[in-house]
Amino acid sequence: MSTAVKSGPAATDSAGVTYRTPKKNRSGWNVLGIVVTVLMGFPVYWMIITALRPSQEILSYHQKLYPSSVTFSQFKRAMDMPNFWDNVKSSVIISAFSVVIAIGIGLLAAYAIGRFKFWGRRGLIIALLVIQLIPATSMLIPIYIQLNKMGGLNEYWGVIVVYAASTLPFAVWMLRGFIVNIPKELEESAMVDGCSQMTAFRRVVLPLLAPGLVAASIYALMTAWNEYLFAYVILQDNDKYTLSIWLLKFTGQRGTDYGALMAGSILIALPVVIFFLFVQRKVASGLTAGAVKG
Amino acid sequence: MSAADTHATEPVTGGRPQLPSPLTTRPAAKRTGRAAGRSRQSRSLPYLLIAPALVVMIGVLGYPLVDTIVLSFQDERRNNLWNGVAAPWVGFDQYTSILGDSEFWTVVVRTVVFVIVCVVGTMAAGLLIALLMQRVSNWVRVTMSSVMIAVWAMPLLVATSVFKFMFDSDYGLVNQLLTRLPGVDYTRHNWFLNPTTGMGIIALLVIWGAIPFIAISLHAALTQVPKELEEAARIDGAKGFGIFRYVTFPIIKPVFIMTSTLSVIWDFGVLGQILLMRNGQPEQDYQLLGLYSYTQAFTVNSFSRGAAISVVTVLLLSGIAVYYLRQLLKIGEVE
Repeated sequence: MSTAVKSGPAATDSAGVTYRTPKKNRSGWNVLGIVVTVLMGFPVYWMIITALRPSQEILSYHQKLYPSSVTFSQFKRAMDMPNFWDNVKSSVIISAFSVVIAIGIGLLAAYAIGRFKFWGRRGLIIALLVIQLIPATSMLIPIYIQLNKMGGLNEYWGVIVVYAASTLPFAVWMLRGFIVNIPKELEESAMVDGCSQMTAFRRVVLPLLAPGLVAASIYALMTAWNEYLFAYVILQDNDKYTLSIWLLKFTGQRGTDYGALMAGSILIALPVVIFFLFVQRKVASGLTAGAVKG
Repeated sequence: MSAADTHATEPVTGGRPQLPSPLTTRPAAKRTGRAAGRSRQSRSLPYLLIAPALVVMIGVLGYPLVDTIVLSFQDERRNNLWNGVAAPWVGFDQYTSILGDSEFWTVVVRTVVFVIVCVVGTMAAGLLIALLMQRVSNWVRVTMSSVMIAVWAMPLLVATSVFKFMFDSDYGLVNQLLTRLPGVDYTRHNWFLNPTTGMGIIALLVIWGAIPFIAISLHAALTQVPKELEEAARIDGAKGFGIFRYVTFPIIKPVFIMTSTLSVIWDFGVLGQILLMRNGQPEQDYQLLGLYSYTQAFTVNSFSRGAAISVVTVLLLSGIAVYYLRQLLKIGEVE
């Protein structure tokens, strides 16, 4: 039915789906499901408890599966690392701008592709798909050289432009999937009632597109927040690095400070996980279905 | 959206006077325009809408791509960046030097093996988990998908740090647990001394990180398989695996193929995990194509050699890419 649901990160989960299967004995499957959950979730659990336990338990030859006491000292040490707040600022600025740019530009293009037939449409779609297939690392070298010429090295805008551009193709593709699934009749009836195409878009399509926009934004946000390679190559000052690069500081020549590293990791992952969990349901809610029937 | 749809919705928009241009070139939605002026404006509208995206894509993605190819025929080094001297043209020298280098071929073979292991592992585990998610109670499914999302949302470098800790030679949990088994002593065992087990751990990390996307996508696809089809097959006497093979799988096949081709492409680009696991200086035995190109460009400082390796990588991937593209376009047409 919808490509967006299949390819979009957030839209894919179907927590809201109800099953009409007859009552069956599911306990065997449930046990298996729990085992899988434990195995998949264990590294996450290990990260969390390592961050919460005292240092002497971390550097121990007798690791326990649960902490004997809970302390936030690892978090404190992580946040006391030099440049933590500078790098939070870098990450926020870079992610926010690249998401807004990618989604803004992407929405326009997705609407054109999803609703209009125009010369070059197919070519554009193919270009969008082809670009996604090229490993980002292969563009690293020329982008580095080009930004060097344009004075974009060690500047936020250099990274923002790269992130916005690299998330754009998939964002367009995702949004197009959502737009195609919004019945055209809704827009058409608005236009019969006297709206212009653009007004119909703003008043009718945009509100229905909210889940799609959220899904595409999550995708762009996660990409920008988690990216490290371009940030590492383009940015050069300690106070301009993003949080992903900041993580590298915990590994020194004399070994790795695992407690602070795990605490730092949580600090970085937390905003994304919370955001993801929070908007997940919104994405899954079938807004369009109601709009057509109602 | 097809031409047929456009025509089908025609009556809805009302029988307004239309311009004598071919019907299929403009969508029905715009023919509600009251005047020809509006119509002319809306003909250029799609181009206005795609213009910003085109500019960004050509500028930041298209141009560098062409530049990669140009670079690979030159000899650009780091000092060319600073002294402003144009890099000399060297023709196919970079390519002959790379292709004649047995080290490069070792890296290619290692990359292919690594990608196969990772993709097969990810797809098998992802599919099994997706099927399992269909069979469990609601609360288990919610738990499973929450954990998946937590794993999915973990930044790559974060996930790598956790695995690094778990497999640490001194304080790693894995060594300590293994040592508890009778007759096994893994105290201070360094998993990364042997590149095969080292790469195995990196593959495990890649697979673990990729499972959520695959499992959730496949699960979404599975929910679209009509229950009636499976029931009908069951009534006709099909057994569990037969139903999956002949009824369920053909329906989820497009998603399965798409996610597996995507996995191939992603796993070809594995880089940061190795870099962090090996403390920023991976040994020769840990080089994969993406990392190799990066090392040549930014550590050895030969941008052109790195670019040439990238071009070869893209060419190696292009077969898979074309296949992926055709699948996607097929799906695009169905809708």
